[in-house]
Amino acid sequence: MSSQDPAAFGGPSFGDEDPRQRPLLVDGEHEDFASVTQAVSGIPEVELQKTNKAWIACFMVSLGLLGVLGAMLAHLILTGVGVWGNNNPVYWGWPIVNFVFWVGIGHAGTLISAVLFLTRQNWRTAVNRAAEAMTIFAVVCAGMFPGVHIGRVWVAYWLFPLPNQMAMWPNFRSPLLWDVFAVSTYASVSLVFWYMGMIPDLATLRDRASNTARKIGYGIFSLGWTGSSRHWHRYERAYLLLAALATPLVLSVHSVVSFDFATSQVPGWHTTIFPPYFVAGAIFSGFAMVLTLMVPARQFFGLKHIITMKHIDVMCRILMATGLLVGYAYAIEFFIAWYGGVQYESFAFVNRAFGNYAWAYWIMVSCNVIFPQLFWSQKMRRNLWVVMLISITTNIGMWFERFVITVTSLSRDFLPSSWGYFSPTWVDMLMFLGSFGLFFTLFLLFLRFLPTVAMAEVKSVMPQAHGAHGNETHGHGAHDETPALPAGGAQTAPAQRHES
Amino acid sequence: MADSQDQELHGVVGYFTDVDGIKNASRKIRDAGFQRWDTYTPFPVHGIDGEMGIKPTILPWIVLGMGLTGMGVGLLLQWYTNAYDYVFEISGKPDWSLPANIPVAFETTIAFSAFTTFFGMLALNKLPHLSNPLHKLERFKRVTDDRFALCIEATDPAFHAERVRTLLAGANAEFVEDCPRDTSRAALPMWFHGMAALLTCLTFIPLAVAFKGRFATSDKPRYHVWPDMDWQRKRKTQTEWNTGLFEDNRAMRLPVAGTIPLGELRDDYEFYYGVAQGSIAPPPVSKTEVDDSGVAYQWLDGYPTAVVVDEALLERGRQRYNINCSMCHGVRGNGLGSVALRADKIGAQETGWVAPKSLLEDSAENYSNGELFHIASHGVSSMYGYASSVTTQDRWAIVSYVRALQATQGIDRLPDDVGPAQPAPRPEDFRVSDSSR
Repeated sequence: MSSQDPAAFGGPSFGDEDPRQRPLLVDGEHEDFASVTQAVSGIPEVELQKTNKAWIACFMVSLGLLGVLGAMLAHLILTGVGVWGNNNPVYWGWPIVNFVFWVGIGHAGTLISAVLFLTRQNWRTAVNRAAEAMTIFAVVCAGMFPGVHIGRVWVAYWLFPLPNQMAMWPNFRSPLLWDVFAVSTYASVSLVFWYMGMIPDLATLRDRASNTARKIGYGIFSLGWTGSSRHWHRYERAYLLLAALATPLVLSVHSVVSFDFATSQVPGWHTTIFPPYFVAGAIFSGFAMVLTLMVPARQFFGLKHIITMKHIDVMCRILMATGLLVGYAYAIEFFIAWYGGVQYESFAFVNRAFGNYAWAYWIMVSCNVIFPQLFWSQKMRRNLWVVMLISITTNIGMWFERFVITVTSLSRDFLPSSWGYFSPTWVDMLMFLGSFGLFFTLFLLFLRFLPTVAMAEVKSVMPQAHGAHGNETHGHGAHDETPALPAGGAQTAPAQRHES
Repeated sequence: MADSQDQELHGVVGYFTDVDGIKNASRKIRDAGFQRWDTYTPFPVHGIDGEMGIKPTILPWIVLGMGLTGMGVGLLLQWYTNAYDYVFEISGKPDWSLPANIPVAFETTIAFSAFTTFFGMLALNKLPHLSNPLHKLERFKRVTDDRFALCIEATDPAFHAERVRTLLAGANAEFVEDCPRDTSRAALPMWFHGMAALLTCLTFIPLAVAFKGRFATSDKPRYHVWPDMDWQRKRKTQTEWNTGLFEDNRAMRLPVAGTIPLGELRDDYEFYYGVAQGSIAPPPVSKTEVDDSGVAYQWLDGYPTAVVVDEALLERGRQRYNINCSMCHGVRGNGLGSVALRADKIGAQETGWVAPKSLLEDSAENYSNGELFHIASHGVSSMYGYASSVTTQDRWAIVSYVRALQATQGIDRLPDDVGPAQPAPRPEDFRVSDSSR
């Protein structure tokens, strides 16, 4: 093939394959722009009566759980926070554990969208839309918990620096207030990022719409998008800017969440490793949730050729890598507790692993560090049952991580006289279960009525998008003989033409 | 020059089936010198900017400017709220310390930048723009699917419909069509109007309720949305309780006749009232009122026999004095406590504030111990009594400590031969926080 073929040096020949080519991002021999449009737009265009039965079943269950959440919230607000298990000395019980859990899950979406965009990981196009949606819905669930944890929800506006009749302002030196700013910025910027990415695809749905309600709905939200190249130019620049802004943002959010813990003096919380450790854990749990959601979704909605096994494979590897990061953080915490020589710290960590919450600790270690090691094997990464199982155990493990951090440290602080044991109440449990109802209701609605895959972006990484490929039957533009690399390959712009 | 038929046109649109087709056509149209034209593609075609001669957008500079503004706003907000308008004094930390303000400033920077990016992009693209004539073309709808369109607008100075059609066809367009300048609106369905009217009306309801609440009067108590703990299952003092359980229907019970509750026997007049045993006991009202009553009480000059004046009592007195009295009278008894200084700083005298007395003045020294005890218990002029919050024994300890202060702190009244007189400290000599100015 070329002079760089290993056959020239006595190695095995590449044969006809160009080793620089990566596998195509969209499976199938005859996929073109129209078939991608059809595959993705077809999902929201199914008539209501013909909705997928599995979707209806899932939606009913989710709605039921959402109802449970509503009932629990009403019970909580009408009665008071005493209905939870939070009590001296563990004032931060499940509500804060659930908050950190959901915020963590909300990290993968922006990470996939922004960080992988900046690093030119084109495979992200198939999953970024769903991951961004997941982010927003997870942040909705996350925001709810501290919102009701304040006790008197009707004065929740005190969280914000609004002029008020008490002539008081919130304390900007408190990480809890930083949290308000970080989470609300994150939620709104993620929403903007998600919506902006969706505008061209909403325009596709608008142009294909067959009934008036859809024409009006998609018509309004696509803002009159025409696909003008002058618009695309500013749009792409704006997307790049948003990605560049969202990247430090996503890292800041969980760092700030970790400050809630790290700036206190409670043994087991007061450590400098918390920000990177929390961020790694957030990415880990987020990728696990993306897998948990996308594996069934691609199955039910016929998106297997767009969300391919390659995508699953890459995400499994990221899951394993971040799992190892988290495991490293667990180990370093122990090392520092010993090396630092503070007896309270040492005790906190020995107590974590061998005290009366040891069961939670070892669930966490098994789910987060041990199980994902299966992904060293390609066979396991390709087995969707294993992938589902491990992504779910990772979610469980990451919930337990937050439980272990929050509850073990609070229940065993400096004074043995103030030690206690935390037990959740049925309200705690149903409320956490109900938050899944909120999450899945929103996510299922998204799957059903919005473009699940970023069509425009997928098209832009297809081989045909780079022109001069010879793949198309209409070859009237093929002045350029430079062979283009398929999408997902090198970043060299293939069709660098010069004016003649 | 445009002919009369062109006046009816928005432009001429050519359709292409692939990226190369649109790129080649773009190059030709640009080279032909057209200015008001655009290409329409289902995804961003890379490299077409150059073919079309699109200049880089200024969006990044706008975003940079707004990002810096966001940072400024974030810092200013924190400085105004926490270092200027409402100072948090925590462990003697400085009013304004930048590191703690970085996270919020960072978040506002990102928030301002991100929103500017989004809305700036929309504004520069002149979106939303729902009545674009191109949307009327059935074939144009495939542009968001798999077709590439090029439209030369009739407003272009070089526009001539026939020439443009030929040009586009010559650029291998799959199809060429005219886009009429049809600005007629498609009729919205009736239910849409109905819903819009209904929603518009509904939005006025909260406003109307608010206005009614603001301007109308009502004899009913205001509506209590959140009960908080305003209604509790208990009876308050001095209220009626018609259960039939007690004949007098009082919620509050009186002590059984002829009894005294434990610890309330006040037979030691010296200790409890600061007057000689067996004399008339003063009522529990302020010293000013006692003096106005004209009754001559036999105030105690020394200490009650029940009080042993020793170092432990003075130490206790110092502790209680510093907790209960020093914020007004000052730890040295000079009347320059933190509350007094603050009141002076904010000019509270103008609104009726009476500065606390210096305990080192002659008038204070001339009080007998009994009178001082009565003042500590029930107050004088605008001072409130502390009988309810400081025990009797502790009030005597405070009296002893005040006497100790008067004996030791009169440095401004030292005799001349000892040395130059130290000026008495004034409020201006003290640093007071700038908060709530």
